[in-house]
Amino acid sequence: MAYSKQVLDHYENPRNVGTLDTDAANVGTGMVGAPACGDVMRLQIQVDQQGVIEDARFKTYGCGSAIASSSLLTEWVKGKTLEQAQAIKNTEIVEELALPPVKIHCSVLAEDAIKAAITDLQNKQADDVHHSE
Amino acid sequence: MDNMKLPVYLDYSATTPIDPRVAEKMCECLTLDGDFGNPASRSHAFGWNAEQRVDQAREQVAALLNANSKEIVWTSGATESNNLAIKGAAHFHQKKGRHIVTVKTEHKAVLDTCRQLEREGYEVTYLDVQPSGLIDTETFRAALREDTVLASVMHVNNEIGVIQDIDTLGALCREHRVLFHVDAAQSPGKIEVDLQKTPVDLMSLSAHKVYGPKGIGALYVRRKPRVRIEAQIHGGGHERGMRSGTLATHQIVGMGEAFHLAKAEMVEENKRLQTLRDKLYHGLKDLEEVYVNGDLQQRIAGNLNISFNYVEGESLMMALKGMAVSSGSACTSASLEPSYVLRALGRDDELAHSSIRFTLGRFTTEADVDDVLQQIHTQVQRLRELSPLWDMYKAGIDLKSVQWAAH
Repeated sequence: MAYSKQVLDHYENPRNVGTLDTDAANVGTGMVGAPACGDVMRLQIQVDQQGVIEDARFKTYGCGSAIASSSLLTEWVKGKTLEQAQAIKNTEIVEELALPPVKIHCSVLAEDAIKAAITDLQNKQADDVHHSE
Repeated sequence: MDNMKLPVYLDYSATTPIDPRVAEKMCECLTLDGDFGNPASRSHAFGWNAEQRVDQAREQVAALLNANSKEIVWTSGATESNNLAIKGAAHFHQKKGRHIVTVKTEHKAVLDTCRQLEREGYEVTYLDVQPSGLIDTETFRAALREDTVLASVMHVNNEIGVIQDIDTLGALCREHRVLFHVDAAQSPGKIEVDLQKTPVDLMSLSAHKVYGPKGIGALYVRRKPRVRIEAQIHGGGHERGMRSGTLATHQIVGMGEAFHLAKAEMVEENKRLQTLRDKLYHGLKDLEEVYVNGDLQQRIAGNLNISFNYVEGESLMMALKGMAVSSGSACTSASLEPSYVLRALGRDDELAHSSIRFTLGRFTTEADVDDVLQQIHTQVQRLRELSPLWDMYKAGIDLKSVQWAAH
């Protein structure tokens, strides 16, 4: 199977690889997948005072398409509000990366990862509100 | 391709290039001025010459196995040979019994054939292997029953290269009066086979794993004691009625020459391959968290199957752009299952997903191995930097203690 130019680009020059401080109040972490299935994605977002995503980082264990999907997503979410990031659909990733049908699950995983990161952040913030009351 | 340099080919267990000496012989059997005739034509020299070529090839194939040329039946390849042997023996002997014994790590050509027989009402026992990939003799003995008609065991495993002890297993089959079929697609030219000594009744052979052409193989069918099978392809009664169809002279000649060369060069070639394989292994074993899959001693010289933990196999293959290898990762197959062979060894799924199979062959050089080692060191390190699992491992987190959301 040949890889699309877009997948190769992200695979060879992955954007935003790294780790944010998991414990920080303005950082949300989403880890999805399982080693036994061959893909694990960890996606992290950091929001500013206005709730806009100012930084995003990922690390992915998985095939080239999984790495490319998570790399692309970190690019897309930067500068978006949580609501906008929440609205990203896996089909948009499929389209942008020209993923073949067998790789659609990689894009689904990426969508799950951003949703999990947002949920984590929202839980943290709800806890904060709760604690400060 | 932007890089004009061809990748290093390290996938000799998938297929081999045709040796130029083989190609030359094949070309002599194609055109009007060559031996293009139908070997079954009895009335003219074109037929006689082609028949002579086929006879010579039959001798060459038999010679590598120390068998009689009358025991060689041409087929289209090892898949067809496996089908003919297993279905042919099961169908012929169904009055005696309808139980078959095989192994979980067999090639799909054997497993799927057995599945078909199950649909026809046969019962099949699929034996487990030890973590080394080898069959435990006692487990094998215990599986043979009164109604067992056939046992089918591969000689050399295509993924992990381990060599089953067919002498011992064959002797057990004789003792229990069970026919013994061996899928030997991967073994000719890699280990010595002597069918005067080894009690095998049926043996599947392939040309394209040993520098011959694709599309040709053979089934060895023992004459003493005589083994009876039912034909699966019917027609003009070629190959003593066991496999009809016009013989593909050029393919057969190619297989004959390939087996002839294998016999002549096997000892030297294996010494050379073992040296290269050991160099590859020693160059990789010092990387952290690498695991060899299958027994390292009971293994053909050219195979190294190794897992790089915390790096997914397909992405590693993608990174190793300068080489052609294969992986047990799920992502390389249409299904989402990792290699069933590695799972049968009891390997964790994640190690199966992280495996790479290197198979070296006749045209592999020491420079190729050096090149490969350098690429792997760089790329494994790069991908581990990208891997959240590597992070967790380095932080001392036991991945087995994590609650993963399987998908």
